[in-house]
Amino acid sequence: MKNIRNFCIIAHIDHGKSTLADRLLEFTKTVTHREMQAQLLDDMDLERERGITIKSHAIQMDYLLDGEQYTLNLIDTPGHVDFSYEVSRSIAACEGALLLVDAAQGIEAQTISNLYLAINHDLVIIPVLNKIDLPGAMPEEVKDQIVDLIGCDREEIIHASGKEGIGIEEILYAIVHRVPAPKGDPDAPLQALIFDSVFNSYRGIEVIFRIKNGSVRKGDRVKFMATGKEYFADEIGTLRLQKQPKEVVECGDVGYLISGIKVAREVKVGDTFTHIHRPSPTMIRGFEEVKPMVFAGIYPVETSEYEDLRDAMEKLQLNDAALVWEPETSAALGFGFRCGFLGMLHMEIVQERLEREFDMTVITTVPSVQFNVINSKGELMRVSAPSEMPDPNFIGSIEEPFINAQIISKSEYVGAIMTLCMDKRGMLKNQIYLTADRVELQFSMPLAEVVFDFFDRLKTISRGYASLDYELSGYQESDMVKLDIMLNGDRVDALSAIVHRTKAYEWGKKLCEKLRELIPRQMFEIAIQAAIGQKVIARETVKAMRKDVLAKCYGGDISRKRKLLDKQKKGKKRMRQVGNVEIPQEAFMAVLKIN
Amino acid sequence: MHLYVHIPFCRQACHYCDFHFSTQTGQKREMTGMIAREIALRSGYLPGTELQTLYLGGGTPSLLDEAELVLLLETARTHFSLKPNAEITLEANPDDLDPTKLRELARAGINRLSIGIQSFNDAHLKYLHRVHSGPEAECCVKQAQDAGISNISIDLIYAIPAPDHQVLREDLERALALRVSHISAYCLTIEPQTVFGNWLHKKKIEPIDDDFAAEQFELLVSQLAQHGYEQYEISNFARDGQYSQHNTAYWQRRSYLGVGPSAHSYDGASRQYNVSHNAQYLRALQRHEVPATREVLSRTDQVNEYLLTGLRTKWGCRLDLLAELSEGGFLRSQNQTLFRLFEKGWLQIINDTLLLTEAGKLFADRVASELFLDSESGLIN
Repeated sequence: MKNIRNFCIIAHIDHGKSTLADRLLEFTKTVTHREMQAQLLDDMDLERERGITIKSHAIQMDYLLDGEQYTLNLIDTPGHVDFSYEVSRSIAACEGALLLVDAAQGIEAQTISNLYLAINHDLVIIPVLNKIDLPGAMPEEVKDQIVDLIGCDREEIIHASGKEGIGIEEILYAIVHRVPAPKGDPDAPLQALIFDSVFNSYRGIEVIFRIKNGSVRKGDRVKFMATGKEYFADEIGTLRLQKQPKEVVECGDVGYLISGIKVAREVKVGDTFTHIHRPSPTMIRGFEEVKPMVFAGIYPVETSEYEDLRDAMEKLQLNDAALVWEPETSAALGFGFRCGFLGMLHMEIVQERLEREFDMTVITTVPSVQFNVINSKGELMRVSAPSEMPDPNFIGSIEEPFINAQIISKSEYVGAIMTLCMDKRGMLKNQIYLTADRVELQFSMPLAEVVFDFFDRLKTISRGYASLDYELSGYQESDMVKLDIMLNGDRVDALSAIVHRTKAYEWGKKLCEKLRELIPRQMFEIAIQAAIGQKVIARETVKAMRKDVLAKCYGGDISRKRKLLDKQKKGKKRMRQVGNVEIPQEAFMAVLKIN
Repeated sequence: MHLYVHIPFCRQACHYCDFHFSTQTGQKREMTGMIAREIALRSGYLPGTELQTLYLGGGTPSLLDEAELVLLLETARTHFSLKPNAEITLEANPDDLDPTKLRELARAGINRLSIGIQSFNDAHLKYLHRVHSGPEAECCVKQAQDAGISNISIDLIYAIPAPDHQVLREDLERALALRVSHISAYCLTIEPQTVFGNWLHKKKIEPIDDDFAAEQFELLVSQLAQHGYEQYEISNFARDGQYSQHNTAYWQRRSYLGVGPSAHSYDGASRQYNVSHNAQYLRALQRHEVPATREVLSRTDQVNEYLLTGLRTKWGCRLDLLAELSEGGFLRSQNQTLFRLFEKGWLQIINDTLLLTEAGKLFADRVASELFLDSESGLIN
């Protein structure tokens, strides 16, 4: 155990985590250069394109230093705020962390929040200044930031470049000498922390764990303490480039467990497993049920594809434990699913995976957070969809979730960021200058406002400099209303949204305008109205169609025109009908891009 | 059979036009040579050799000089025989037509002119980015008539944004005064790959107002009818049966050969289209190759194209032909749609032929597309 080192890398997206990880693997000859794909640890296409490690993995390296053979477990962590709980569990599996900071960009919000997580878990921090080879690198300035942040000596900061292979040996040396060996009692009852799981379509779920106490052998009967489920350890081993089956995984080490688990939901990140025959009396602390924060309806574009979509959702759930859903019906969209996501990125990922892996094009409805509605009888209701919102007459009060948001940016963008946050009903709580031109802003904000296009706008107004992190802080009473859209008097359930009263007018107006652009003229006039209860707050009109005939149709136009009309006809078939009005799919999508 | 020759050059680009052309006229002579070569290469494209019509379109064929024009017509005469009194049309811009030019055209055998007037109003002409002026337009028609070319068609564009219909009324008045045999009137359409398209995208202009366009269309149809012009196709009007024989061929499923960049051909079962790129076209022809893409039409495509083109004309779509093309499937599958369209008052049956009503003419595309056979239905293929 004294020669095991468990560590992770804390870094902002694009600060070079994957490249550095690749170099470590190469240098320790865990992989040969030839085996190396461009970014080894990110093996989903989607992850590679987004440059985000969505699901964490672990990999083991051997390293010989001064005649001693060390086992280094690199535990990868996801880098987005939607997955902060998963990050905390990965951190809990480590004794040390490389704090990787881009020498040209400096420290970002995500880095700081993960760094605090690591410090709270008593991890040894090894600061690494990456990309020092870049022409725009400002090593001295960024070093100042690092020193201010973790109170280390300047000399402790390692200069590195993952791309050029600079500083790799020094980092490995630091891991061995600065990160402590795991502590734990090899003879105590088994306590293994589950910090990740990977879906394998042939063998079921692979559980990734770190042993805190005791050890586990192949064939052992184990129990997952939070779920209470029991399994045989059919196969255990350690993770190299390929899985390496073993007879035993010892105290302090990181490994995988295969036991024929079919569904990701049975494996909860943060859970502890132990032996059935000599169980540990306690779980490893810090376990939480992951709760969805954002809810939206997902519907097939073609109503006939509902069963296919259900199939796809079931398959997605096999390896996405955070995704929850239940069937839902909409008058406008037909049969679909009400889904819960960790956050907006998670929602986008699910949507994209449906498209790429299952070839399903879907309509997503307005995302919503979960509200606490206290009805007039004083009962609490959980409302996460506009359709669940009771009639205004039966509502006593509504509470909405709030977050503490942490934004780090160049100081020149502070004004714009404040304006944005105020517009999003945010309250400034604190403002800290990290360096002369780097500032951290802390806001209390409604989660509902962040769910919607906040991140994109933040990036835009700060030219990409600002970074965001947040955590849920609790529920507060808010003046929320359900805003409905009516077409010729018929409510379109899929276009309803729960919004703050002060925003309802603007929202309604913009949505009506957008719909006027997107709903094609029909044989009659269409009134588009936005309403709160019975009160109409905005209106637009689509005039009746007067003509539908192209000007020219000569020899060279015929085939193009046939295809055009054919396409129009097919598009018309895919439209949804509410009352007598036909609505194109784009209209449902438009709500998502209203700003 | 019918021959179309595409001349892909213009003096300047009109803001609304998305046809294939280039304003770099330096290659005009080489191009003419290569088009002549294509005529020779493809003379066996269709079974017959007798041309009923020949049409020089563009672009701006009136940019051709006498030698170039003669080369093309002589090549056509070498490889085909021209039917006596064959209709030989040339599209021309008013600014190209002076008495000398008109005599050349007549000498070469052009017996029909299609003149791109678009409007007589100078402000509108400028808005469209046309080269000529209103008076030039009127003058050239008279000179053409003096030069002995009596079969003259003029193009007009309506629904040009205006506070009212005054300019259109004046345009019609001046057009009618010329007593030409044929008028084509097109609704201004904003195509994506044009200056107007770009302006629309950037919100510098508004889309053409439907109501305004519909009112202008109705005004135009009634005015022209009062003066003896028969609307034999949605956008085409003729006096005394002087229809465009060439264009009518397109609408009646007759086969035709099209040569020149971007030109389309139809042999009854497939369509071919030449590359819409002058340099690529020239390179291919230099190797004695025709740079064409071929699209074989399914039975469904054939039915749908017939609906698309036929319904726009006074000859409509014959039920027996629709049944034949669809092996009986058309009436079986579209029976209900037909009744719905009759009830709406857009469609009628006269002598076993489907015809648009006056109201239906404003919805010709919608009627056609509702009657389209579904290419995925597997009903026929």
